[in-house]
Amino acid sequence: MAEKIITPDQHEIVVKKAKIWTPAQIILTIVIILFSLTCLLPFVNVAAVSFSSKSAILRGDVSFWPVDFETTAYQAIFSDKSMTRSLVFTIIITVVYTLFSMIMTILMAYPLTKKRLRGRNFFSFLALFTMYFSGGIIPHYLNIKELGLMDSPWALILPGMLSTYNMIILKSFFQTLPNELEEAAIIDGANDFQVLLKVYLPLSMASLATLTLFYAVGKWNSFQDALYYIQTKAYQPLQLKLYHIIKGSQAVDVAALEGGASTVATSVSESIEPASIIFATLPILVVYPFVQRYFVAGVTIGAVKG
Amino acid sequence: MTTRSIRKPRNNAGWLHRDWRLYVMLILPVAFYLIFCYKPMVGVIIGFQKFNMFKGMWGSKWIGLENFRFVMNMPDFPVALQNTLWLNFLGLVAGFPVPIILAILLNEMKSIKVKKVSQTLLYLPHFLSWIIIGGMVLQIFSPKTGIINATLLRLGWIDKSIPFLTDGPHWQATYTLIGVWQSMGWGTILYLSAITGINMELFEAAKIDGANKLQQIWHVTLPGIRSTIVILLILNVGQMMNISFDRPYVLGNPMVQNYCDVLSTFVYRAGITNSQFARATAVGLFQSVVGLILITGANIIARRLGEEGIW
Repeated sequence: MAEKIITPDQHEIVVKKAKIWTPAQIILTIVIILFSLTCLLPFVNVAAVSFSSKSAILRGDVSFWPVDFETTAYQAIFSDKSMTRSLVFTIIITVVYTLFSMIMTILMAYPLTKKRLRGRNFFSFLALFTMYFSGGIIPHYLNIKELGLMDSPWALILPGMLSTYNMIILKSFFQTLPNELEEAAIIDGANDFQVLLKVYLPLSMASLATLTLFYAVGKWNSFQDALYYIQTKAYQPLQLKLYHIIKGSQAVDVAALEGGASTVATSVSESIEPASIIFATLPILVVYPFVQRYFVAGVTIGAVKG
Repeated sequence: MTTRSIRKPRNNAGWLHRDWRLYVMLILPVAFYLIFCYKPMVGVIIGFQKFNMFKGMWGSKWIGLENFRFVMNMPDFPVALQNTLWLNFLGLVAGFPVPIILAILLNEMKSIKVKKVSQTLLYLPHFLSWIIIGGMVLQIFSPKTGIINATLLRLGWIDKSIPFLTDGPHWQATYTLIGVWQSMGWGTILYLSAITGINMELFEAAKIDGANKLQQIWHVTLPGIRSTIVILLILNVGQMMNISFDRPYVLGNPMVQNYCDVLSTFVYRAGITNSQFARATAVGLFQSVVGLILITGANIIARRLGEEGIW
């Protein structure tokens, strides 16, 4: 019996139930599983180290299961107010940034889909050109300085507020909606704002969800802007905080390799670094499996007219 | 309430009357582009000046190409340029074929459950910041306590730790492999969607003609995704001058300075750490202009080859 299955991403596969596990399929599966494990095992190792005792780590005993299980590193992280404050700050920045970004993206993408708009080509060019040419790091840095945004949370939100790439994805999607929808709404007396809010946006929820995730993950992971623009400890996002922890423990490694007995080595507990990594990754790991399909959808929409 | 139509406006001022709301929508995004993208583009003029923070870019003295000449003579610059091109080249050679192979393998998978789970795992690294990946890399590749060296030492396969991150060539290999690992899963998405676009009848016909699986892949699947491969290859070549900041900055360390210093980290060090704004701007401008030439050239080649360009 052959059975047709259409998976959500529209791979149409004809499955013959009896014949799935041929020798070739078994080898293929093993190869794929090996590739997948390279993506999973690093986390397992880092997590195992984060729950292990210092002496076990220094002996190099920890592989994929904690040795001398302990939670001191996590206790240290959660009792460190600057760490939890940084987490809250990062969440706030991410939410505000994503909200601003979505508004800007919609406001730019929607008018550009209207063929009747005078100057449409000019506005399109204005956006597209920024994908191919930029002033470079230093002029951007000086610009932030001139605008007085240095060391302000706004420096993390405003400069990257609109991604031209995401805007094109949304524009391509808007263009797939039939013009008749707009015409019908206009005959019913709707203006452009109402057409956008009541017709286009409700029909674009999946695309909007995808872009929201793109922006949110991008901000959650961003590091460069914080390194350049932020000095105040209270405004350090998680990635910058994590960077300092990692570099601190790497300095210890280098010192150890050069044979110098480092006094810092004793003050930095070996499991703090892996525990901080897990701490900063956990929010993504928790949300990721549920939202993954939206990301995939976004990539393929972008490919249509990217 | 006025009834408006999408038909042509009656008089010249009509279009503004009809579309003013669309222009209102554009105000904020256009302001964004002007303030945060185009103003810094004007700012590149300080690359031609003896820039003085207090005099600003309109008051500083013009010195022509002096900054460019100075930078070209700095010993760090050729090193950073060479490393940028070399690391990008290694990444392209090692990393470009992997997603293609992986996509074909995934496409041949019959067990949907295994396929879904492995795709979820394979896409995961794409969502992690380079800080997190860098932290894991430092942990896993660490000389004595890292799992790789510790295991190899215990098995007796090596008698000295492999200096993954502390020896130049090793560092470049590690940097490249991590990049391949990070992007291999995510890179399959476009190929997988291209493969699903191939007409199923072609596979059927090949089967009837007696083609085995490998022959089908070679004669049907690969030609079917050829244009995707060409476009992505060209896009990648067009990016040869661009290198991210986070990845080399986090993985790098002073012991491999001459191997890990790239243009982005060089500009950061010269410009922001040492406040040599004008000289660092000159480097950035050089990079932007060469990048623009590369991407434009790549696109022209794509069109000549009869593929759809990226514009």
